[in-house]
Amino acid sequence: MNTANPLPQACATARVIEALAHTHLYDCYQCGKCTAGCPMAAQMDIAPNRLIRLLQLGRGREALDAQSIWQCVSCQTCATRCPKSVNCAGIMDALRQLSMEEGRVSPAQRRVMLFQKAFLDNIRRNGRLHELELIVQFKLAGFMHDRRFSLLFKDATLAPKLNKRKKLHLRGKKVRDRAVLRRIFARSMDHS
Amino acid sequence: MSRIGVFICWCGENIARTVDVDALAQEVSKFPGVRCAMNYKYVCSDPGQALVREKIAAEKLDAVVIASCSPHMHLKTFRRAAQLAGLNPYKVEMANIREHCSWVHHDRAKATAKAASLIRLSVEKARLDHELQPIRVPVTRRALVIGGGVAGIQAALDIADAGYEVVMVEREPSIGGKMAGLSETFPTLDCSQCILTPRMVEVGQHPRIKLYSYSEVERVEGYIGNFTITIRQKARYVDISKCTGCGDCWSVCPLKRNKSEFDYGMGVRASIYVPFPQAVPARPVIDAKTCAKIIRNGCGLCEKKCKAGAINFQDTDKLVEEKVGAVVVATGYKLYDIGEKQDKASLAGYGEYGYGQYKDVIDSLQFERLLSASGPTNGVLKRPSDGAEPKNVVFISCVGSRDNAKGLPYCSKICCMYTAKHAMLYKHKVHDGQAHVFYMDIRAGGKGYEEFVRRAIEQDGAKYYRGRVSKITQEDGKLVVRGADTLAGVPITVEADLVVLAAAMRPADGVAELAQKLNVGYDEFGFLLESHPKLRPVETNAAGVFVCGACQAPKDIPESVAQASAAASKVAVTFAADELMREPEIAGINEQTCVACYACLRACPYHAIEQAEVRTPRGVFVKHTARVNPGLCMGCGTCVAVCPSKSADLEGFTEQQIYAMVESLV
Ligand SMILES: Cc1cc2nc3c(=O)[nH]c(=O)nc-3n(C[C@H](O)[C@H](O)[C@H](O)COP(=O)(O)OP(=O)(O)OC[C@H]3O[C@@H](n4cnc5c(N)ncnc54)[C@H](O)[C@@H]3O)c2cc1C
Ligand code: SF4
Ligand code: SF4
Repeated sequence: MNTANPLPQACATARVIEALAHTHLYDCYQCGKCTAGCPMAAQMDIAPNRLIRLLQLGRGREALDAQSIWQCVSCQTCATRCPKSVNCAGIMDALRQLSMEEGRVSPAQRRVMLFQKAFLDNIRRNGRLHELELIVQFKLAGFMHDRRFSLLFKDATLAPKLNKRKKLHLRGKKVRDRAVLRRIFARSMDHS
Repeated sequence: MSRIGVFICWCGENIARTVDVDALAQEVSKFPGVRCAMNYKYVCSDPGQALVREKIAAEKLDAVVIASCSPHMHLKTFRRAAQLAGLNPYKVEMANIREHCSWVHHDRAKATAKAASLIRLSVEKARLDHELQPIRVPVTRRALVIGGGVAGIQAALDIADAGYEVVMVEREPSIGGKMAGLSETFPTLDCSQCILTPRMVEVGQHPRIKLYSYSEVERVEGYIGNFTITIRQKARYVDISKCTGCGDCWSVCPLKRNKSEFDYGMGVRASIYVPFPQAVPARPVIDAKTCAKIIRNGCGLCEKKCKAGAINFQDTDKLVEEKVGAVVVATGYKLYDIGEKQDKASLAGYGEYGYGQYKDVIDSLQFERLLSASGPTNGVLKRPSDGAEPKNVVFISCVGSRDNAKGLPYCSKICCMYTAKHAMLYKHKVHDGQAHVFYMDIRAGGKGYEEFVRRAIEQDGAKYYRGRVSKITQEDGKLVVRGADTLAGVPITVEADLVVLAAAMRPADGVAELAQKLNVGYDEFGFLLESHPKLRPVETNAAGVFVCGACQAPKDIPESVAQASAAASKVAVTFAADELMREPEIAGINEQTCVACYACLRACPYHAIEQAEVRTPRGVFVKHTARVNPGLCMGCGTCVAVCPSKSADLEGFTEQQIYAMVESLV
């Protein structure tokens, strides 16, 4: 990996992204292997390699406003296969984080963000996922946001399937050591 | 008292801009031992050299210090000038006040003071310089060529045609290298065998070329002009002086399903075999790993069948010695192993491409064999799994190459070209087929190369996608290739019948061990190091050892051949003189004080130190001692540093000189 960072001073967004994702944007030579393996690329408005290119060009605004950063499912395929070891999935994370901190998440993607928030809140509380609680929380938050009844009960038909796989427990299990949990969250919220 | 002349060069503006050359000359003229000091605009120019010569004569100078650029640049120039004026050339010293001073400093006063110090050092050294005479060594006018690929063949023929004898050592049963297995060759599409095999035959029949096939270099001793090479002739189990090459043996051999190395596993061969019909020598070899007679004393049919009585199951490896004066290394390349298994910890494989797992994912040399008219399918394109004609073929370039995560950041240079060739030849064979090429960049620098790639796209309809492939899977008998086209910004999925991977070029196996025997350097990937990438591209740092072909860096046939001819001409230059002159700045050992601990012998990187005995003129043994072989010593000074009894010293850089230099500064 390159240690010299050739990013011009002007690319403020790019610098922050590099720091957050612990990676060098200019290591990317635009081979496209990230996009080639991304399960979501076909649905994306701006494919992963192009997001990195925008950042290289100092056009962070366009990257931050892309729908695709919210379509990414964090599967890590891109980062695993990148020939230059660019942490593409980490860049996706960083873009989401910045875009959220700026409060500029596009309305179309707000539900994705709400889901992610609900998911993390759930983990923060329990230390592991409690599916039923997550569903209720996400549906409510979504409803408060756009008041659409139709979405409230969408996917309800999945319930029996989830039940069959023993994914629906009325009472979730919690991890015992809450202090560890707090420490993990404190660490990962620490930007430096 | 010495009479030293100091000549300070302005180097145009290069030195004079930062160093006050007038003040410097004045100060230097006061140094003890300095007879005269002057400055001049370009001391290396004709009038500059004339000035040096005049002063040597007029002032009866006994040493000269030139304060100018690096000795790498002009030491030879000034030594020659001094010699013309009757001064021993080894009484010329240089003080580098350009690279070591004016180029790296801004402050004029400080730079001038530093220049004075640098000159003071050289003056001190010059005071203690001895007159030295160059060392003359005799030359054996025979060359060794290691590797019989196209590069080795070209070098051997050129040297032999120049009138010198050549010993060629090839480790495979036949010469020819990779080129013998190629189908047609870019950029002209001539048939590889048609242009190579006549050259192979020439090597086989040349009166001045002695060919050791199925042999390797075991040991290298000596130095430029005087190498002794020990060659290991591997047990072939066939006496090639008796064998007529009739072929009775391999037709009678019952074990016919061994994977053929020459076909990269795409075809089969018997346990006694010639790798391919045009082999040179066209004599078989027995594969001891599979032969039933050798493994368990069974079969033996070939021995019974051979009318010439050439088969010898008792054959063993033989060591032979050859004396040569120069060596050409042409050991070529191999392809990167694409699968998970790697021979070096720094490399990783491509699990994601399914090579070794799916039969129809093959590498580029395997595809050459499928295309070749003399290949296992007689040039009919059949895929390995079921022999069907593939209608959609995907070619992936940069497999391994330019992939830091797999450990090979370099470009293999030739894959863009042969991939275009593959797409083209495929279309010529399968008219209703479609070639798909995934590439990162198209590198087609070369005469007719760009046009060649465009022909593949424009005339033969190859579809080029700019992007790397992420994964290959097998679904319903199809290979599903998932890539992207970064120009359109869309993922691309191709269902293929055959996938060809353009694997990176790596140096041949065992080249590091060979390089160590020859004292030749190699880079982190194992490619042999030339001594200067621009000005000495076929020389190495070991005097008398030259490189050519793909063992030095990835390259194609035209470049390999050009380099081979260059190496051959360097050999001819070496052989042109009656004797070789070597610089006399080498180590010497004071045999009176040497305690024969041989620390130097173990430390010397050039194996230049020998154990010897001191005897009286009547031959009575006095003591053991270490002794320097002047032909081998490169003057590195390692022995001087390790000698505990201070018996080793380096001419031209004696300890006395170094101490005097240091003392003058402190
Ligand atoms: C798929 C593919 C297609 C290609 N197509 C083309 C093309 O169309 N046109 C073109 O110009 N180039 C082409 N090339 C490149 C071409 O193969 C090389 O440029 C050329 O073969 C290099 O020749 P060489 O003699 O340096 O090496 P090699 O051909 O590798 O020969 C080296 C020889 O040295 C021997 N050897 C190795 N180590 C030792 C040892 N320690 N002791 C003794 N002998 C040893 C080997 O057995 C071999 O015979 C292609 C390459 C590939 C991979
Ligand atoms: S981590 Fe995101 S961007 Fe990367 S491959 Fe997975 S979904 Fe695509
Ligand atoms: S049968 Fe004997 S003579 Fe004929 S090729 Fe084989 S070894 Fe040579």
